[in-house]
Amino acid sequence: MEENREKTYVEDIDRSVYDIKNDEKDAYRLQEGLTPAIVEQLSREKKDPPWMELFRLRSLQIYNGMAVPDWGPSLEGLNMDEIVTYVRPNTRMTAKWSEVPKEIKDTFERLGIPQAERKSLAGVGAQYDSELVYHNVRQEVAEQGVVYTDMESALKGEYAEMVQKHFMKLVKPTDHKFAALHGAVWSGGSFVYVPPGVSVTIPLQSYFRLNAPGAGQFEHTLIIVDEGADLHFIEGCSAPKYNVANLHAGCVELFVRKNARLRYSTIENWSKNMYNLNTKRALVEEGGVIEWVSGSFGSHVSYLYPMSILKGRGARMEFTGITFAGKGQNLDTGAKVVHSAPETTSYMNTRSISKDGGISTFRSSVVVTKDAKKSRSAVSCQSLMLDSASRSDTIPAMDVRTPDADIGHEAKIGRISDEAVFYLMSRGISEEDARAMIVSGFADTVSKELPLEYAVEMNNLIQLEMKGSIG
Amino acid sequence: MPNTLLEIQNLTVNVEEKEILHGINLKIQKGETHVLMGPNGAGKSTLGFALMGSPRYEVTGGQIRFHGNRIEKAPANERAKAGMFLSFQNPLEVSGLSLSSFIRSALSQNQGGRIRLWEFKKEMERAMELLQIDPSYGERDLNVGFSGGEKKKSEILQMLLLKPSLAILDETDSGLDVDAVRTVSQGVKEYQKDGDRGLLIITHSTRILESLQVDYTHVMVNGKIVKTGDASLVEQINRTGFEPFLHDAAD
Repeated sequence: MEENREKTYVEDIDRSVYDIKNDEKDAYRLQEGLTPAIVEQLSREKKDPPWMELFRLRSLQIYNGMAVPDWGPSLEGLNMDEIVTYVRPNTRMTAKWSEVPKEIKDTFERLGIPQAERKSLAGVGAQYDSELVYHNVRQEVAEQGVVYTDMESALKGEYAEMVQKHFMKLVKPTDHKFAALHGAVWSGGSFVYVPPGVSVTIPLQSYFRLNAPGAGQFEHTLIIVDEGADLHFIEGCSAPKYNVANLHAGCVELFVRKNARLRYSTIENWSKNMYNLNTKRALVEEGGVIEWVSGSFGSHVSYLYPMSILKGRGARMEFTGITFAGKGQNLDTGAKVVHSAPETTSYMNTRSISKDGGISTFRSSVVVTKDAKKSRSAVSCQSLMLDSASRSDTIPAMDVRTPDADIGHEAKIGRISDEAVFYLMSRGISEEDARAMIVSGFADTVSKELPLEYAVEMNNLIQLEMKGSIG
Repeated sequence: MPNTLLEIQNLTVNVEEKEILHGINLKIQKGETHVLMGPNGAGKSTLGFALMGSPRYEVTGGQIRFHGNRIEKAPANERAKAGMFLSFQNPLEVSGLSLSSFIRSALSQNQGGRIRLWEFKKEMERAMELLQIDPSYGERDLNVGFSGGEKKKSEILQMLLLKPSLAILDETDSGLDVDAVRTVSQGVKEYQKDGDRGLLIITHSTRILESLQVDYTHVMVNGKIVKTGDASLVEQINRTGFEPFLHDAAD
């Protein structure tokens, strides 16, 4: 009964919004693009501190002065008008359940996601269970002195100064057009501070960012792991997330202090109309460790290259990633590292899978400054193309300015072996399952790095993507 | 007819548009062990792959009946479900898929349901011990980094656990040292213990046959079976090689 009532409620609101907005929309169309007035209004609505309002307006200026990147997959289908609409305050991002694409509903079904959660993941209605989950997690870690809160609260609370000092200092609005856009219209996200020496025993999961209306579109994540502390943060969830607007321009800034360790795991599975232009960066000080685990399954176009700056002696980064590009997807992913101190090490290990005409490109960038003596870097990427219509590319870039560094790069691009499929089939396994087993096995080095429930879901996703792939 | 496991009639097989097998006839009854010998390139392995249903091997004529049913068009997994097994000469490597979970998946697909994990584990341990495979191999990626001998033992292990009614062993003894051949033979004997099972051993040497009981021996030359006899034919080949049979194949 609860469900029925809620459904009616959403539809009612939708209709009224439509009626009222009609005039407003027309009036709005006269103003071109994102205006200072819109940003000011957003800032007021969010009750930003004054510095943040200025920051947003400055970012907007930068945004309007920058060109859309043209070096990667085409962004032509990006509907900037719609985005402008959705960054306006009070916009209801909620979709109608009936409008959620069937493939997404099917995926929820296959992944066994509860009804209540499906709606929230689809951007329909409010989150039911996750608020409670979030609340409990917060209590548990608070006992260790850890701060885990949403960005809006962080701006006003006890840690306001710390937030101001770090906010978009690592990813500056001037970095690229979508970083500037983020600076102007960001909303939602997480703030985490782990005090010196504290080891957080349970991984923190950013469930709650799905709660706020409009969150998950331009969310900001800021994590500071202080000296000698240890944290595992898990972003997102492997169910597809459906949004009305088709741009995601989030920003993640990670500060890993001396001898601290941070593991940042993500599975991105945006709905397949999405342009995912996320910017992620970590700054690692002496003896610190950043470990990225990244799975990209969703979106129509992705530009995603988490960057690590190894600033202190002996700092380390490890990047383990997997990208699965299916029909109509062009996923441009990779990782970047800057070795700017001696004895720093980096290791990138990635797998990419493309099928049904999907395009997957792996870009790596390794920069070793002249100070980074005795540094080591190894990049290994493997691609698997499941049919001849799909594409896979590797674009490595290296800039090494000291002879005293050990740099390695290895790339392997291949196809699924018919002999291997026959081998598995000869034991009684169906062709479909044989292919799925080979693909899952190919992804195994990455799934091993994921938290168990995510690994299970990722495997389900692969099985799901592989179903019906035999024509 | 219920005693007939496999009956091949006038089978012709193409590989990449070229005919390799030119009309093969062969009948294997329950409990029989057949040996298929012949020089390199005679088409012995082609017969094995064609029987198992590799898409690379195109049946262009004739029939294959397995347990009385025509199977020329069935995909490999259906043939496996019907009880056929092929031990590969060059088993493939699949990373990220452990040997034990592979066998488990195959078993559950063959039996169309869940398998009893505890019993499976025990049975696998027993079979590994018999074949002198280190138990840790169960958790290793399928054939990845296995030596030649280990790969062959892994094939025999799969055979013992999947319990087919007809096993085709393609050059299982090639590249093995004396001890490994003996171990593999132990596995094959274990398989033969169930008196109803059939065996087709493809080989060009006779080492694996020394300790096995053989009912029929066939000699294949240039895509044809040119001679069929009993176990004594193996000894003859041991003495004379394939030379005396070559002229039989001349068209």
